[in-house]
Amino acid sequence: MARDTWVLFRHHLRITLRQKAGMVFGVIQPLFFLVLFGPIFATIGTWEVLVPGLIIQLSLLSTGMAGFGVVHERRTGVLERMRVTPAGRLALLLGRVLTNVVTLAVQVVLLVAAGFAFGLRAPAAGLLAGLALIVVLGTSLAALSYAVALTMNEQLFAPVMSTAVIPLVLLSGSFLPMSMAPAWLDALSRVSPFRYALEALRDLFAGRYLTGTVLAGVVVTALFAAVALAAGTRVFGRQAA
Amino acid sequence: MIETSGLSKTFDGGVRAVRNVTLSVRPGEIVGFLGPNGAGKTTTMRMLTTLLPPTSGTATVAGHGLLTAPREVRRRIGYVSQSGWTDPAVPIGDELELQGMLYGLSRTETRARTAEVLAMLELGGLESRPGGALSGGQRRRADIAFALTHRPVLLFLDEPTTGLDPQTRAHLWDHIRALRDEHGVTIFLTTHYLDEADALCDRLLIIDHGEIAAAGTPAELKAGRTLDEAFLDLTGRSLREEASV
Repeated sequence: MARDTWVLFRHHLRITLRQKAGMVFGVIQPLFFLVLFGPIFATIGTWEVLVPGLIIQLSLLSTGMAGFGVVHERRTGVLERMRVTPAGRLALLLGRVLTNVVTLAVQVVLLVAAGFAFGLRAPAAGLLAGLALIVVLGTSLAALSYAVALTMNEQLFAPVMSTAVIPLVLLSGSFLPMSMAPAWLDALSRVSPFRYALEALRDLFAGRYLTGTVLAGVVVTALFAAVALAAGTRVFGRQAA
Repeated sequence: MIETSGLSKTFDGGVRAVRNVTLSVRPGEIVGFLGPNGAGKTTTMRMLTTLLPPTSGTATVAGHGLLTAPREVRRRIGYVSQSGWTDPAVPIGDELELQGMLYGLSRTETRARTAEVLAMLELGGLESRPGGALSGGQRRRADIAFALTHRPVLLFLDEPTTGLDPQTRAHLWDHIRALRDEHGVTIFLTTHYLDEADALCDRLLIIDHGEIAAAGTPAELKAGRTLDEAFLDLTGRSLREEASV
């Protein structure tokens, strides 16, 4: 399975690298927020609060939309061609997911670098731990996105996912901490795993590592990953049986 | 090479697409699988290529149990789907490399085999072209090339010449014959072109309403009629409105 995953990862990465414009555009939206919203936000908050929020938004927009790739492959017959090969069914999923996660990691590094130019200050250990958390979160999101894309009518995938991303970003507290929200909205946001990941990310960027918030973020993200990978593997396995 | 017994497929909603199909294909044969739209050709082919689990029945394909060893079956067969499967944006050389490596070939073996298959199908020099930049005939040959990278002993072709002009069709027939005659590949194909079935196939199986309606050599089935007449006599003249299954 490892060899098949590696072969598929390399193939998909090569395709992604040919579409450099796609990668750049993927990071442009959070950069717009950084440039056009950051200076306003900085008057009431800090870059260490805003940049983690933009990273969560980027994760949702990048790996959350990964399913588009498999929609294209299903339409062109490429997915079916791979299904007739002896490649492991889990490898067919993981090869794609790894490509999405590497792309996300590059985008996050670019965003953080831009954040530093604006005034973000965070310790290297916090940044690395944050990146590790985002890699796990991105893996979950990509796996879930593929599961949704393979389950859903392909015409519905784009409107459903783009509609779902907006409330998920807002409820995570990406732009304003949910502690400022009314009680009902605060309670609602606690259902979302992205809030826990974001709060952990903010602590890590602030150099606070051994806190209950970080622990909660790690545990919730790990549980989310387990559920998402199980769902992705199940759906991919069924579709690709 | 293929042995099935009582193979059936009932979809969710109760549609019985394939009913109790028992068939046999010998090594080295070119067998045509004919039937009207919705007769069950593609469903049968998808079951035999491990893409669709049968509801009941058993089958041995290329020496391995379809249900007990699907991965071993996949290692030994090639399949070309009805709609094709070249990515319009990816160079066919990259796709062939991926294909070979997913079948366990090393990179060196894959490169050698890619060159061999491209030459065999007269696609040499087109490795860097994406599927979207190929003509219809070239794209169809590329589809077949993907299915041949690992030297399968059995090739499934689902309507391989649909939509191609007569020259390209005739050319593709030559390639299909060469696969059997020069490389010993057993071929199981579906087609709506009865002249194609007559010209290419050693034996024909006709399926209708999910059941095998007739089997024999083209000469046996024709029995003094044209193959078109024989086909209509066996399957009736009413229009089939079902979706293709």
